[in-house]
Amino acid sequence: MNFDFSDDQKQLRDQARKFLAEKCPPKAVRVVLDGQAPYDRALWKGFAEMGFLGVAIPEEYGGAGAGHLELCVIAEEVGRALAPVPFSSTVYLAAEALMLAGSDAQKQAWLPKIASGEAIGTLALFEGTGNPSPKAIKVEAANGVLNGTKKPVADGAIADLIIVAARTGSTGRDSDISLFLVDAKAGGVEAKALTNLDPTRGQAELTFKNCKAEPLGAAGEGWSILTEVLDRAAVLTAFEQVGGSDRALEMGRDYALDRIAFGRPIGSFQAVKHMLADMYVSATLARSNSYYGAWALSTNAPELPEAAASARISATQAFQHCSKNNIQVHGGMGFTWEFDCHMYYRRANALALGLGSLSYWEDQLIDRMRKRNAA
Amino acid sequence: MNFDDTPQEAAFRSQARTWIAANAPKQYEDELRATSLGRVGLKNADILQVAKAWQKKKAEAGWACLHWPKEYGGRGSSPIERVIWQQEEGPFGKLSGMFIIGHGMCGPTMMAYASEEHKRQYLPPLASGEKVWCQLFSEPAGGSDVAGLRTRAEKRGEDWVINGQKIWTSGAHYSDYGILLTRTDPTVPKHKGLTMFFLDMKSPGVDIRPIKQASGHSDFNEVYFTDVVIPDSQRLGTVNDGWNVALTTLMNERMSIGAGVATGVPELFDFCSNLMLDDRPAIEDRNVRSRLASWAVRASGLKYTSIRAISALSKGERPGPENSIGKLVAGPMIQDVAAYALDLQGAAGVLSGPEAELAGKFQAMLLRAPGTRVEGGTDEIMRNIIAERVLGLPGDIRVDKDLPFNQVPTKGRN
Ligand SMILES: Cc1cc2nc3c(=O)[nH]c(=O)nc-3n(C[C@H](O)[C@H](O)[C@H](O)COP(=O)(O)OP(=O)(O)OC[C@H]3O[C@@H](n4cnc5c(N)ncnc54)[C@H](O)[C@@H]3O)c2cc1C
Repeated sequence: MNFDFSDDQKQLRDQARKFLAEKCPPKAVRVVLDGQAPYDRALWKGFAEMGFLGVAIPEEYGGAGAGHLELCVIAEEVGRALAPVPFSSTVYLAAEALMLAGSDAQKQAWLPKIASGEAIGTLALFEGTGNPSPKAIKVEAANGVLNGTKKPVADGAIADLIIVAARTGSTGRDSDISLFLVDAKAGGVEAKALTNLDPTRGQAELTFKNCKAEPLGAAGEGWSILTEVLDRAAVLTAFEQVGGSDRALEMGRDYALDRIAFGRPIGSFQAVKHMLADMYVSATLARSNSYYGAWALSTNAPELPEAAASARISATQAFQHCSKNNIQVHGGMGFTWEFDCHMYYRRANALALGLGSLSYWEDQLIDRMRKRNAA
Repeated sequence: MNFDDTPQEAAFRSQARTWIAANAPKQYEDELRATSLGRVGLKNADILQVAKAWQKKKAEAGWACLHWPKEYGGRGSSPIERVIWQQEEGPFGKLSGMFIIGHGMCGPTMMAYASEEHKRQYLPPLASGEKVWCQLFSEPAGGSDVAGLRTRAEKRGEDWVINGQKIWTSGAHYSDYGILLTRTDPTVPKHKGLTMFFLDMKSPGVDIRPIKQASGHSDFNEVYFTDVVIPDSQRLGTVNDGWNVALTTLMNERMSIGAGVATGVPELFDFCSNLMLDDRPAIEDRNVRSRLASWAVRASGLKYTSIRAISALSKGERPGPENSIGKLVAGPMIQDVAAYALDLQGAAGVLSGPEAELAGKFQAMLLRAPGTRVEGGTDEIMRNIIAERVLGLPGDIRVDKDLPFNQVPTKGRN
């Protein structure tokens, strides 16, 4: 038994941290936050050059073929730095869906482009308010074309490759849903950027009008593939959340040591110390749950569904908890646009919703624990 | 990252499993499995005798105090082997409850500070459960502020004479030995005038009076010392260096190694799966699911945190103050979990006897939980440790730090 990343993986983490510290300081995040660019193109190019985009993509499809543990390590740094790039939609969702369900031709067509940074990808699942559910999917697929509207779609306005969950049946069962692959450049899809909590990661409405689409995976298997993709993305996103939690805690700690009130550093007041100790606790629990998720993901263990839901819930709670209390530790300064605290708060609350909300994952976790207990 | 046993670990596991299957006191298995957190008892047997018998059997076959060196009654095992043993021992592990203080705190302190001769004399019978040990630190005047204690030790020839009072001493009433922290110099600041000893609890002048706890049981005691004589050879560490010796003990106290820290979550999960609420299992209720899920991820987070700590240990890293997290998370959680289980029982939750739901398991948990949040350092002290020693925040302001102890204000103390 060895429950830790290897030395090589830790080295990769250091490398990614150094790279992001240099290429993605808060100043760079703010360019996207302030709406001057939809994402940081130069950083994205740098991600490709560093091999971050294809780290878990097999070599035959243009990736490094390293694996998911390596991807987890990078995800943590992406979260720490709040990288304003479409990393999660492209790498955790689109690439994972392709690797899970794509034909060889589809993988050949898209994975090398993802690894090289040429193609941005996303998954179009949600249609307005509510959690992931086959019944909520109204976009229809018939005769090779899609019709309907998806919203919100992460990075939808900048995506080249869109994986769409669409309705192909009306039996009321999961098998009504199939997945499709849409080349955004081929026409038939209109994208409208939407205002959202975290402008450093765009959201869009996508309208499909007789939009040409090719099936991804077998007809009627869409929901089960999606569930698996969401589980994988949940683990990877958890690492972004863990990275963000740690950074928010660090910011709070540093400020508490620096700021003087009543003639003492505020970090010497127990109310502040204990708030920071509790942030440490939630960040640590989230990290440990995420490590377990990483192990399950990298070994494709039968425990993955339960581990993914645990990592997701724990990391969501931790990032929300750490980012909100980081603002509290910073007092009035924390509530200014100028301080970076709100960027973490925004990202934390946006990530909490992106793959289905906390209540969705709580449901998933309990179902999965029940299944295990019954077995 | 790898959860599989190495071939060596697998061999150890199968050896342990075979031995346990052949030797464990099976007749108590169901009862042990069903006992609530915080208190283990057996209906038709004396738990202390059953525990001692099991411990002795383990010791004779080399399964006691696995990580201790062989010459002191252990097995010289790796941290991972310890965890494997715990997993295999399962409910029988609950029988070690009365040895925890001795094995977890007194033993390591003896190992660090006792003479070689004393180690060979006292440690093997401690490992085998033949002799039970207790920890005599807390006093009415000093619990969280341990260094505020006032029990005096005065040198008389080659001996020391002890006068004073300890309190909350778990297991003193069935202990054979204890480690004892005393004040040897009241004219210097409080941390600088303490000295540690070990003593025979049957020594003349030791008076042990059980205290009835809030839970209704009596597991801890007041211990009075009247002119109790301890030979100087039973001093642990140098005179007036007792604080550093105590820190060794407390570090070991916090280092609850093992992936099995109790949280109440599996019990609550079972309960919610079986309880009917509005004509369906409670676990199908949205609110119940949400509460359960939140606790479940805290419990799994703790489990994997301790596995991470064990991995680090097995690579030779030292256990640090971050291990305070276990008790800080588990304590309040057990309390909340228990209260929630009673809430689900509705008005009937108020019953706590044998006729109560699950024979009052959650009620017992509720009544024991406040102690869990206090013993071994309160939640607040744990938070201080994390804030100061892990996060590097400033220490609390200690107004008595540089004052000679005999000039520290004592209002409100007896
Ligand atoms: C079940 C049980 C078993 C025990 N077994 C033993 C044993 O075997 N041997 C032994 O020596 N002791 C034992 N103890 C004693 C235990 O270690 C002390 O009770 C504990 O350390 C708290 O000390 P206190 O009771 O004096 O509370 P106090 O220190 O008086 O604390 C009262 C309140 O003040 C808070 N407080 C105190 N100082 C601070 C601070 N600096 N910052 C913030 N808040 C603070 C505490 O958190 C608590 O809420 C046991 C206690 C219990 C409940």
